[in-house]
Amino acid sequence: MNGSTAVADNYLSHGRGFRSWFFTLDHKRIGVMYLASIFFFLILGGFFAMLIRTELLTPGRTIMDADTYNQVFTLHGAVMIFLFIIPGIPAAFGNFVLPVMLGAKDVAFPRLNLLSYHLYVVGAIFSVVSILLGAVDTGWTFYTPYSTTTHTSVVSMTLGAFILGFSSIFTGINFIVTIHRMRPPGMSWNRLPLFLWALYSTAIIQILATPVLGITLLLLIVERLLGIGIFDPALGGDPVLYQHFFWFYSHPAVYIMILPAMGVMSELISVFSRKHIFGYKAIAYSSVAIAVLSFLVWGHHMFTSGQSDLGNMIFSALTFSVAIPSAIKVFNWLATMYKGSIRLDTPMLYALSFLLLFGIGGLTGLFLGALATDVHLHDTYFVVAHFHYTMMGGVLIAFLGAMHYWWPKMFGRMYSEKAGRLAAFLVFVGFNLTFFSQFVMGSQGMPRRYYNYVDRFQSYHVLSTIGAYVLAIAFVVLAGNLIHSLFRGRKAPANPWGSATLEWMCASPPPHDNFAEPPEAGDPYDLEHLVYDESIGGYAPRTAREGA
Amino acid sequence: MPIPLIRFGDGSFWMPAPASTAAPAVDRVFDFILYVSIFFFVLIVALMLFFIIRYHRRRGVEAEKTATHHTGLELTWTVIPLILVFIIFYLGFTGYMNLATPPANTYEVNVVGQKWKWLFTYPNGHVDDNLHVPLNVPVRLVLTSEDVIHSFFVPAFRVKKDAVPGRYTHLWFEAIEPGEYDVFCAEYCGTSHSDMIARVIVHPPGEFEKWLEDASNFLERMAPADAGAKLMTTRGCKQCHSIDGKSNIGPTFLGIYGREGVFKDGRRYTVEENYIRRAILDPQSEIVAGYEPVMPTYKGRLKDQEITAMIEYLKTLKE
Repeated sequence: MNGSTAVADNYLSHGRGFRSWFFTLDHKRIGVMYLASIFFFLILGGFFAMLIRTELLTPGRTIMDADTYNQVFTLHGAVMIFLFIIPGIPAAFGNFVLPVMLGAKDVAFPRLNLLSYHLYVVGAIFSVVSILLGAVDTGWTFYTPYSTTTHTSVVSMTLGAFILGFSSIFTGINFIVTIHRMRPPGMSWNRLPLFLWALYSTAIIQILATPVLGITLLLLIVERLLGIGIFDPALGGDPVLYQHFFWFYSHPAVYIMILPAMGVMSELISVFSRKHIFGYKAIAYSSVAIAVLSFLVWGHHMFTSGQSDLGNMIFSALTFSVAIPSAIKVFNWLATMYKGSIRLDTPMLYALSFLLLFGIGGLTGLFLGALATDVHLHDTYFVVAHFHYTMMGGVLIAFLGAMHYWWPKMFGRMYSEKAGRLAAFLVFVGFNLTFFSQFVMGSQGMPRRYYNYVDRFQSYHVLSTIGAYVLAIAFVVLAGNLIHSLFRGRKAPANPWGSATLEWMCASPPPHDNFAEPPEAGDPYDLEHLVYDESIGGYAPRTAREGA
Repeated sequence: MPIPLIRFGDGSFWMPAPASTAAPAVDRVFDFILYVSIFFFVLIVALMLFFIIRYHRRRGVEAEKTATHHTGLELTWTVIPLILVFIIFYLGFTGYMNLATPPANTYEVNVVGQKWKWLFTYPNGHVDDNLHVPLNVPVRLVLTSEDVIHSFFVPAFRVKKDAVPGRYTHLWFEAIEPGEYDVFCAEYCGTSHSDMIARVIVHPPGEFEKWLEDASNFLERMAPADAGAKLMTTRGCKQCHSIDGKSNIGPTFLGIYGREGVFKDGRRYTVEENYIRRAILDPQSEIVAGYEPVMPTYKGRLKDQEITAMIEYLKTLKE
């Protein structure tokens, strides 16, 4: 039934022209537009990163002056955080995959979904316009009173972030309602794929925390434009209050970024080990636990701000509690691999990179959660390295893994495994070269956001810059491989990896309506009933093959 | 106790050489966490590599069905990390209380951060742009900022504290090695954030008092123009007035003596000694056209002898 119709009509061929895409209500097309936009901003943010690393090759001026450098590192942070990592996995892959994983035709509110994408575009335009108006130089954190007194276009950039916040909230609402209301017959909460558990937990944070950022950025704009004293001590305000407000959102936001990545990990590890996920419930509930705990730890960004010692003690203790659910996940993933049948395809290489890099990112978090060592390490390159290991080594790596995993489903084409593996290897090497050296220079005392530095740090900076260039090459290979596959790739089977979640039950690429009627959902990690069928180059249910 | 992996100069692979009483204590916590981290990282890598190699996909061999969960095992890897992070929290907290609690009878220095320098005011009123301290004496710093948030960071001492405008924060340390150490600004503060570097100079016993006396008497020791130049730096004048002819928040000092111009209210002026004196003590009364009335008064903050020295310095800045 679906075989013949899929060839004739899939979501990509269903309607042509700009309007059929830009005003589509199809979650798959919205997902693809998100993916293209988000990937564009990943490249833009990466371009700024290359400018930063090139400038830091030598102390003093290398290619730009100090003010330009300050704008470039701010843009790198703001673009990567607000336009890439936060929407990242949920908006691109969540949108595409979530309804199909549920066997549904679309999300609960398709129009809201489209609005969320349009808001993303508007927010992105405001952010980009701020670059033309005299780019912001505050750092992506917009700390007061610096941000209320600098002469750069803070208002445009914060307005952009404010609008992007709504985009994020709408996606969150949509996902929560869809998961609650549109699960197919047979999919109880305990049979929900772990990627969806992760998106669900993420959505909780998006809805509850993002409004706080919106309010904070509005207060900032009010202070700048109307001179009402909220944060600026010269006007009777309190600059540390801003930090509380900001991190009350931005720490949970860290988990908006990492939880979907962890969800991707659970899918990849299980599928490529051909093993049922180990400790399903522990992984699912630890996502929710992380979502809840994420609201209680924001003060750990402020251990040296003059916050009370009691406050520091409580925030330190709560911070360590987040380590537990993260550790549970890592050990459960490892246990999943035990006695599996492990294949190192490109998505799995990213999953294994994630285990190592996020492992380092998580463990170095212990140094920063502990008060005595954080005082020394705070605002040094140790912190820069730590959050790049979690955000880039974690989220970006999982994003790339997800991209290679769902690419055949999204575009119906297989990419070159060889080139994919090469890119994954180069990303891993380049990443470690770039950021491991930053741990060492940080604990040696190199502060972050420095244009100039004392000579003894130069060798670390040179290593780091070389690593960044390796990463750039890796991305050229990666993008080249994927783009090539669109034109020359082998046609993808419905289920190339042997996954048991529902999105692999419909054709690649899926038809416009996904499923003619809701499929029956079983255990999403029961991989044994799928066997490789050479005639289709993919996996098919065991019974079907025996029948044929 | 700390076992450095590789020696780098006087410090270890990870840390600069410890130079305060707090540093070895912080390094012990760092090392403990490092060993725990290395243990777990090696464990993860070893298991992963073992599984990849041992259970690599082979034709005709399917994955073996094993338990999909195991309560005992899962409790183990919940409880062991829980105990370890509690220990790390405790070590971190007690180490921090040591950093946060100064002993009695500290030597106190006031520190002001401003774009982009540090100013240190000693109990006798002397102001310096580097921090001089005696060896083996606990020193307590009272920090604040004149503009945006800065952060006072001495890597060799393992101490850091934000300097926040509109409030005071505190930090203490006791130096245990004579020498010179970097003070970095660790909170981003704009254009010259990375050049906001001062030095801590730790004097051997007896020499600190001598240095302070000498330094405080610079007006007697130095030529007036040189003393004036020093004052211009330590009082923050150059933050708004350039000496290279560029217009900044205030008019440039280059060629200021004898300059003629117009005030905002239309009166004409010629810069001479009394003009400069009025401009320092009552800056709001006469605003040069094209500038905002933002300069604070220095009434009560500068002595007559110091103002005279500054005037002598300005006379040397000829175009």
